Amino acid sequence: MEQVQNIVSDRELQGSNLQTQEYFINVGPQHPSTHGVLHLKIKLDGEIIEDVDPILGYIHRSVEKMCEKLSYRQIIPITSRMDYLSAHINNQAVALAVEKAMAVEVPPRARAIRILMAELTRIGSHQLWWGVMGMDLGALTPFFWGFRDREMITEMFEETCGTRLTMNYIIPGGVATDVHPDFIGKVKNYIRHLRKKLPEYDEILTGNRIFIERTRGVGYLSPEEAVSFGCTGPTARGSGVSCDIRKWHSYDGYDKLDFNEVLFNEGDNLARYKVRIKEIWESLRIIEQVVENFPEGEVMGKMKKVIKLPKGEFYQRVETARGELGVYIVSDGGNTPYRIKFRSPNFSNLSVLKKIVVGSKIADMVATMSTLDLVIPDIDR
Amino acid sequence: MSYIENILSTSVSLLKGMKMTGYYFSHPKEIYTRQYPENRKTLKLPERFRAELTMPHDEFNRHRCSGCTACEIACPNGTIKVLTYMETTPDNKKKKRLDTFIYRLSMCTFCNLCVDSCPSDAIKFNQHFEHSVTERKQLTKVLNRQGSTVTDELK
Amino acid sequence: MIITALIIAISVITLFAVLGLVLVYMERKVAAFMQIRLGPMRVGPWGIAQTLADTVKLISKEDIIPNGADKFLFNLAPLMVTVIATLALAPLPFSDKWIIWDSNVGVFYVAAISSLTVISILTGGWASNNKYSLIGAMRSGAQIVSYELSVGLSLVAMVLLSGSLSFSDIVMTQQDAWWIFKGHLPAWIAFMVFIIASTAELNRNPFDLPEAESELTAGFHTEYSGMKFALFMLSEYINMFIVSAVAATLFLGGWMPLHFGQDNFFNHIMDYIPPLVWFAGKVFFIIFLIMWFRWTFPRLRIDQLLTLEWKYLLPISLINVLAAAWITVTGWHF
Repeated sequence: MEQVQNIVSDRELQGSNLQTQEYFINVGPQHPSTHGVLHLKIKLDGEIIEDVDPILGYIHRSVEKMCEKLSYRQIIPITSRMDYLSAHINNQAVALAVEKAMAVEVPPRARAIRILMAELTRIGSHQLWWGVMGMDLGALTPFFWGFRDREMITEMFEETCGTRLTMNYIIPGGVATDVHPDFIGKVKNYIRHLRKKLPEYDEILTGNRIFIERTRGVGYLSPEEAVSFGCTGPTARGSGVSCDIRKWHSYDGYDKLDFNEVLFNEGDNLARYKVRIKEIWESLRIIEQVVENFPEGEVMGKMKKVIKLPKGEFYQRVETARGELGVYIVSDGGNTPYRIKFRSPNFSNLSVLKKIVVGSKIADMVATMSTLDLVIPDIDR
Repeated sequence: MSYIENILSTSVSLLKGMKMTGYYFSHPKEIYTRQYPENRKTLKLPERFRAELTMPHDEFNRHRCSGCTACEIACPNGTIKVLTYMETTPDNKKKKRLDTFIYRLSMCTFCNLCVDSCPSDAIKFNQHFEHSVTERKQLTKVLNRQGSTVTDELK
Repeated sequence: MIITALIIAISVITLFAVLGLVLVYMERKVAAFMQIRLGPMRVGPWGIAQTLADTVKLISKEDIIPNGADKFLFNLAPLMVTVIATLALAPLPFSDKWIIWDSNVGVFYVAAISSLTVISILTGGWASNNKYSLIGAMRSGAQIVSYELSVGLSLVAMVLLSGSLSFSDIVMTQQDAWWIFKGHLPAWIAFMVFIIASTAELNRNPFDLPEAESELTAGFHTEYSGMKFALFMLSEYINMFIVSAVAATLFLGGWMPLHFGQDNFFNHIMDYIPPLVWFAGKVFFIIFLIMWFRWTFPRLRIDQLLTLEWKYLLPISLINVLAAAWITVTGWHF
């Protein structure tokens, strides 16, 4: 009763202005739009977001500390579990770092397989993201279409690598086994399938007016902010920051392939969305080129049974589906790393969230989170 | 005029989306679902699929494990425990023999490192993926069969 | 009198139960086929008993009342939403003979009753003592109150054309052709505005902001579980049926078979199909349309939702009422 009287008297003091109060709301750790166990503490004024405070660590598994006890070969399966949607590319990062340190030459067939796997992973990851993006905006149907197309990729992985998600396939020196005899044929089929199905993605979502209204001009990230927050991958490229590691610090023979770095300058959710859709097309082009000139030969370089890195520090970066993944290894000459550090793209991409959602509505925050394409286990590691 | 154009272009874009969902609704052939317990008989997993570690035995109940514990060392998370004993061969040499090969399925990440490291191809992954059990202890398995011996070539 | 009332009550409750089961099953199958899935397949052939099994599950679930909730209002809200849905069923003609209450202000009555739904949603959202529920309820308030106007105005356009507020009279005016055919552009516009605005009133996608599962987990019914949740769900489907029935009656002739002109061969053939089948077919066509929307479109944002109503639907339907009046006065419709 007292409260009511207070409100009434306040209102009388302020003329006709209603007294409003900010309130906190916990989004997550279990929430449909955080895609994992991310916890966001949001300060709201009605529907308008005033402050976002991401709380991390719900899925921290001390990957870096664990790696200090494991041999370089044993680190590979652990890295698959950081950014599980880019498992192949994570494996590749560690493998490349070890190869760089040991100065091992990777046979051309292994390099071609690596590129194939990495690009298929990228396509699969973007398809899953596309479906989830639709779901976050309230359209459930794209989710299943995206998963259908991704399912075909995971089936190809299953056949060659033996698992669907955490492959442990790209290892220091090359790849674990040669590809399955049917693999190349299936990839060719898949390219045909996807070239037919990708225009459907545009019809149901990209061209949809509601979708455009929901994403255009929302969650603006300026190029300066993208650089200063360390954003990489499609998040930064949507703001016009050229940061494709495949172009700038080419590895595994990407420099010999003809592909474009997708850049959009708008910096909003729609631009980030378009970057990813275009990247699927570019990845298809890369895969086509690799499949056409698929080299024969060994898939494993000359590696010793026990991998020992020389004393020193080694850094290797790769372009995952979400941005730049850096692997920094400090070796004391033993068969386990003295210290290993992963520079994960998602952590930097999440840090920019507060900057771009404050002042927008709850629904916009969900859309923005979606276009940042966060994988929570990669943030916490 | 742009007001009406706006309405028309919006309607067209929305109808395009409805055309797509309508297409899939009217083409049940596109359905991608596979019904799992029903298709058990026809379900074929690729031969490289890693589901559960096994130790193949031949018809004389002999396995190929020499008890070298290379798999135990290779495993990143302590899934495998190899218990061995020493046997004196007829020509008076002491040899390591496998006593029990313990495999904890609950800890396995199916990374294939044990199979890669095995010098005598004693273990391999099979495609039996239905792992659910009613008790946790059932997930700890002994892979070598009762009374099994090592093959002659490894003796 | 009492016996008649009892019979009606029992048949209405049965209709509700059957409608709930059928529509939930239909929704799941429509969604599944659009999403290249099979949908429920386990309980019964093609999963037809799935909703029955779900109902049994919901009845046997624990009834949770959150701490700090307003117990009375929390329990009242699902009851209220069901009662309101039931009331709106009264003046709808199911066939030439089947009508519970042949009111001479039927259209007005349905419009009045269906706008009460917002009160129960607000009650439920507020009483839950949950911020997600409260946001959902407030969104619902803004949404239903604004879209009520467009629904009302499109009803007015049709009332002008047909010259009656009674549903059975409106059906009789469509003996020579349904209003969608003979009402020219105003009837078409009114039909589309009615479908869009009533989808919004039903809180269904693309206007499902009060529920918005990716934003507010479940919106106003976040805290409801078991049978109380089931009542919310049931009333959503009953409301969908009522909206579709109103649309079918006003625009597609209700139980009236497809007629063109008077007393010709074509009309006689059409008369062989019983009126109840005509009615059900039309209603399910519109229900399918609303489901089609839901499984195609993304959700609007709250400001876009209000923009759509106040800048587009409302002016259009106001002009449409004028056009309908002009057509009525000049007698341009045939």
